Amino acid sequence: MSQEDILNPKQMPSDPEKATPEGKNKFVGFWMFLGGETVLFASLFGTYLALVRSTSGENTPENLFGLELVFIMTMLLLTSSLTSVYAMYHMKNNDFKKMQLWLGITVVLGLGFLGCEIYEFYHYIHEYGFTFRSSAFGSAFYTLVGFHGGHVVFGLSWFIALMLRNRKRGLNLYNAPKYYIASLYWHFIDVVWVFIFTVVYLLGKVG
Amino acid sequence: MSNAIAQQRGLAAAIWDYMTTVDHKKIAHLYLVSGGLFFLIGGLEAMIIRIQLMKPDNDFISAGLYNEMITMHGTTMIFLAAMPIIFALMNAVVPLQIGARDVAFPFLNSLGFWLFLFGGLLLNVSWFTGGAPDAGWTNYAPLSTTSPGHGIDYYVMGLQISGAGTLIGGINFLVTIINMRAPGMTYMRMPLFTWTSFITSTLILFAFPALTVGLFLMMFDRMFGSAFFDVTAGGNEIIWEHLFWIFGHPEVYILILPLFGAFSDIISTFSKKRLFGYSAMVFATVLIGFLGFMVWAHHMFTVGLGPIANSIFAVSTMAIAVPTGIKIFNWLFTMWGGSIKMSAAMLWTVAFIPSFTIGGMTGVMLASAAADYQYHDTYFVVGHFHYVIVGGVVFGIFAALHYWWPKMFGKVLNEKLGHWAFWPFFIGFHLTFFIQHFLGLMGMPRRYWTYFEGQSLATGNMISTVGAFFMALGTLIFLYNVVYTAIKEPRASADPWDGRTLEWSIPSTPPFYNFKQTPLVRGLDPLWIEKMEGRKGITPAEPLGDIHMPNGSILPFLMSFGLFIAGFGFIYQVDHNAWFIAVAVGMGLTLGSMLTRSLKDDLGYHIHKEDLIEKGEGKE
Repeated sequence: MSQEDILNPKQMPSDPEKATPEGKNKFVGFWMFLGGETVLFASLFGTYLALVRSTSGENTPENLFGLELVFIMTMLLLTSSLTSVYAMYHMKNNDFKKMQLWLGITVVLGLGFLGCEIYEFYHYIHEYGFTFRSSAFGSAFYTLVGFHGGHVVFGLSWFIALMLRNRKRGLNLYNAPKYYIASLYWHFIDVVWVFIFTVVYLLGKVG
Repeated sequence: MSNAIAQQRGLAAAIWDYMTTVDHKKIAHLYLVSGGLFFLIGGLEAMIIRIQLMKPDNDFISAGLYNEMITMHGTTMIFLAAMPIIFALMNAVVPLQIGARDVAFPFLNSLGFWLFLFGGLLLNVSWFTGGAPDAGWTNYAPLSTTSPGHGIDYYVMGLQISGAGTLIGGINFLVTIINMRAPGMTYMRMPLFTWTSFITSTLILFAFPALTVGLFLMMFDRMFGSAFFDVTAGGNEIIWEHLFWIFGHPEVYILILPLFGAFSDIISTFSKKRLFGYSAMVFATVLIGFLGFMVWAHHMFTVGLGPIANSIFAVSTMAIAVPTGIKIFNWLFTMWGGSIKMSAAMLWTVAFIPSFTIGGMTGVMLASAAADYQYHDTYFVVGHFHYVIVGGVVFGIFAALHYWWPKMFGKVLNEKLGHWAFWPFFIGFHLTFFIQHFLGLMGMPRRYWTYFEGQSLATGNMISTVGAFFMALGTLIFLYNVVYTAIKEPRASADPWDGRTLEWSIPSTPPFYNFKQTPLVRGLDPLWIEKMEGRKGITPAEPLGDIHMPNGSILPFLMSFGLFIAGFGFIYQVDHNAWFIAVAVGMGLTLGSMLTRSLKDDLGYHIHKEDLIEKGEGKE
């Protein structure tokens, strides 16, 4: 396939993310990478579960966590996963403007999630004096949730960079795989959050 | 222009070429040279350890330096010598064996190498900045969390960076083998080396993230005041042991499996026979890979996990002997009745079988949890794992290097010198490590700086040290062979061993695009099939056409260099906040390079059909 066909395809195939050999490699490779990421988060969850009872003073999961805020965060992130699906739907229909729009909404929702998380950490530190260093539970909590938050930051930066880079030239067979794997990454972040919501917050409240 | 300037420019151009290359064959050279250098450094450390233990009450080096030596010997040999040399072989051979023009991600391939190299350099800088890590290669907490100085910090940052490179390399080979196979190269026609590289890459993918997390926790504890391994704040050191061995046990299979594959290819080639029980070999490889994840707690029998956990891990460990036994017997049956040629590669291979089997036998002994209380942390363990790692991995590396040297460097290593290197190494290996089993059973603990007179340990240790010098002699003869071959030996033909697989169907060394036309694979041992049917080469699967090639790039180097700088920043910010500037600069360089890579189009280039025809005429 010539460069011209990749950058300015005469007609877009229905699966532009897998239309080139490079795209196919990225697709498989990124799924593999997510497999490794799963082990990474599994190790962090294991560490958290081993240390969740190692609290100090009043700062136990039951006392700290407020499900209201976490519920809002969950809704924001789950919805953003849905909007990124819409974006990919429009990518397959070769509707670049709508794809960018839905990705924009995804980014806004992701930023909302991030804002809530920063507020949450700030709240714990200043209202409760619950920090990364105050107990093994504190270390494990901030590391697990912070690793997820770091992934959110990276995912958002990735989306924004792609949207700005391609805003003028539209969709082609070179950037379609990039959009697609960025959205895969976003779904993965969402799945991890479902586990954090369950294992950290819900189980934390129930005790 | 004078000759000297021209040569200088030529050298600078060559260095720049290697710094920016994305060609898997050149990356193989880079991996081999750097892995080889680290192998020599690790070997030097081993010699110093053996000199220290040569006689009772010795004070050749101080106790503190001894701790640094054993730590760096283990860490260097596993992460910086064995792993990269295996990656060198995988890079040099796997794309050729599956009939591909390059790996799936040439850019990431280069990134993986530079990350490994800068991680390894960072780790070794610690020698010059106040002391290397000294808590053993397993780095158990709380010994590691309370170790003074910055040695352990270098361990954490160095391994984190080089581990990221290994993970990237693993993903790259997985996708290469899944997506880049030539037409007709089905999974069950892949040469065993490709199969084992595939399984090893899977193990890398699922094992290394556990180490990543362990190193992060260690980093946070040592540099940012968290309490994961601090019992006074509710932490738990056993978490480190679990994470380390969830990574660490698959790691030993990561090391040995590709060489199992190399042995399979070598035995089949030099016995002039198809590999006996090919599908059983594949199945055994997959099973070893799977079971490799189920056995990590056998390193922790004495921790006190309880009899149920110990029994489960004991049984699963013993189960690995079954697929390994399948492999041993299949190698023997391949040789049975074959027309065997004892080349240097074959010599290392044949020596491997009994040596590794002894290591496997002591492995089953160690797997008995109750008996392990006696063996644990004695020289019996040291003897065991050197029998599998030297007798398996190092023998395998020598065998594979002899076998694929013509494909990598265009010349056959001198056979006579190959034999001369083998014998001192082989004899020295058994002298060094066989006696260590008995020293261990007599109660000599591992990692001790010295031992007293009158404990009957002196003779055994002296024998062991003498053996180590024989191994060093063998290594030196091998190095001499490399130089001798480069100067004196003639250029090798495309197929010096009368080989069976695709890599022998193209010139040694291959052109940078590997295959002018993608080959058509018609069965297991595709080249052998064509030879048996009287054809000269492989049937092509496509007409001659333009070939798409990737562009070189300096970005992988810059990304890795950025992390190298940031590594220093993280290590020293504990002493002074100003070091966060180094973190910012380094991370800025890395993330900036990543952003450049993401935003700048890089579509590669094409070699035109007409150029290929001209080049082809010169070659054949």
